[in-house]
Amino acid sequence: MKEKMESKIESKIESEVKLELKSEIELKSEIEKTKINKQKINKREKRKWYTYLWIWSIVYFALGFFNILFAWLGMIDFLIPLVFAIFSGNKNFCNRYCGRGQLFRKLGNDCKCSRGKKAPGWISSKGFRYGFLAFFMTMFGNMIYQTYLVAAGATGLREAIKLFWTIRVPWGWTYTSGMTPDWIAQFSFGLYSLMLTSTLIGLVVMVLYRPRTWCSFCPMGTMTQGICRIKDSR
Amino acid sequence: MKRYASVNPNQCVACGECAYVCPRKAVSIQKGCYAKVDDTLCVGCGLCERCCPAGCITLIDRDGCSTKGGQDTGRGHSSELCQKGIG
Ligand code: SF4
Ligand code: SF4
Ligand code: SF4
Repeated sequence: MKEKMESKIESKIESEVKLELKSEIELKSEIEKTKINKQKINKREKRKWYTYLWIWSIVYFALGFFNILFAWLGMIDFLIPLVFAIFSGNKNFCNRYCGRGQLFRKLGNDCKCSRGKKAPGWISSKGFRYGFLAFFMTMFGNMIYQTYLVAAGATGLREAIKLFWTIRVPWGWTYTSGMTPDWIAQFSFGLYSLMLTSTLIGLVVMVLYRPRTWCSFCPMGTMTQGICRIKDSR
Repeated sequence: MKRYASVNPNQCVACGECAYVCPRKAVSIQKGCYAKVDDTLCVGCGLCERCCPAGCITLIDRDGCSTKGGQDTGRGHSSELCQKGIG
C-alpha cells in the first residue's frame, strides 16, 4: 500500500513539475515574442525627413502668389502618386510624402484647428468618392481644354484664378504677358485654381471634422487606391 | 490589454493616418488597399480610432470571447486568445 501511495504521489509531483516546465517554456516563448515585437518597433524609426513636407505645400502656394508659373510644380503632386501606385502598387505618397495631408495633420492636430468630430459616413462612401473623382477629372479635362483653346488662339489668356470653379479672382500681378507662350500661363492659372480650391475644401472639412477628412475623398487618394486595388486583385 | 483595434477594409481609404499615430507601430497599409492592425502589437489605446477620417476603426474587447469583432478581419482572433486562456 505504502509503495503504491508513494509512487502515486511521485507521479503526481512529476506531472506537476512537467506542467510547470511547460508553462515556463510558454513564458519563455512569450518573452521572446515581446522581444521580437520590440525589435520590430525600434526598426521603424519615428521622425523622418518626409514628416516636414507640409512646408512644401505652403511654399507652393506662396510661390504661386508671386509668380504663377511656379504652379507647374504642382504637377509633381499629380505624377508622383501615380508613379507610386502604378509601378510599386502602394499608397506611399499618401502615407508618407503628401504635403497637403501633412498640412492638414499639422493644422488640425498640432494647432488644434479641428473639431475632431467623426465625419458623416457618406463622405467616405464609395459612391461619393468616385463621384468626386469623376467631377474632379472633368474639371481637370476642362482646364486642359481651356489651355488648348488659348494655345490655338481661339480665346485670350485670362489672368485670373477660379475658386470653387465659379468665383473669379483677379490674379494678374503674378504674370507679365510675353514671358512665355500664353498657353503655359493659362495652364498655370488653371492648375493653381485647382490646387487652391481643393486645399480650401480640405481646410473646411478639416475644421468641421477630423484633420485629414479631405483624404477620405481626395481624388488623388481615390485614384491611387483604385489602381492599387486593381493591381492587387490581379 | 483588454482591447485591440480592427479595421473595416471595405471602408478604409488607405490614407495611412492610423499608421502614423500608432505608438506601437502596429498598423501597416496593405499594398495601398487598406490598413491592417497587427493585434499582437496593438495595445488598444484607441489613438488610431480617433484620427481615422473614414471612421472605419473599431476597438474590440479581447475578454468578451466574442467573435463578432474578429469577423471583421476574418480571423476571429479574440476567440483564439480565449482558448489560450489569455484575454
Ligand atoms: S489622399 Fe490626397 S491629400 Fe490625402 S495624402 Fe493622399 S494625395 Fe495627399
Ligand atoms: S489602438 Fe493604439 S496600439 Fe492599437 S493599432 Fe490603434 S493606435 Fe496602435
Ligand atoms: S486612418 Fe482609417 S482610413 Fe486611414 S488608413 Fe487607417 S483605417 Fe484606413
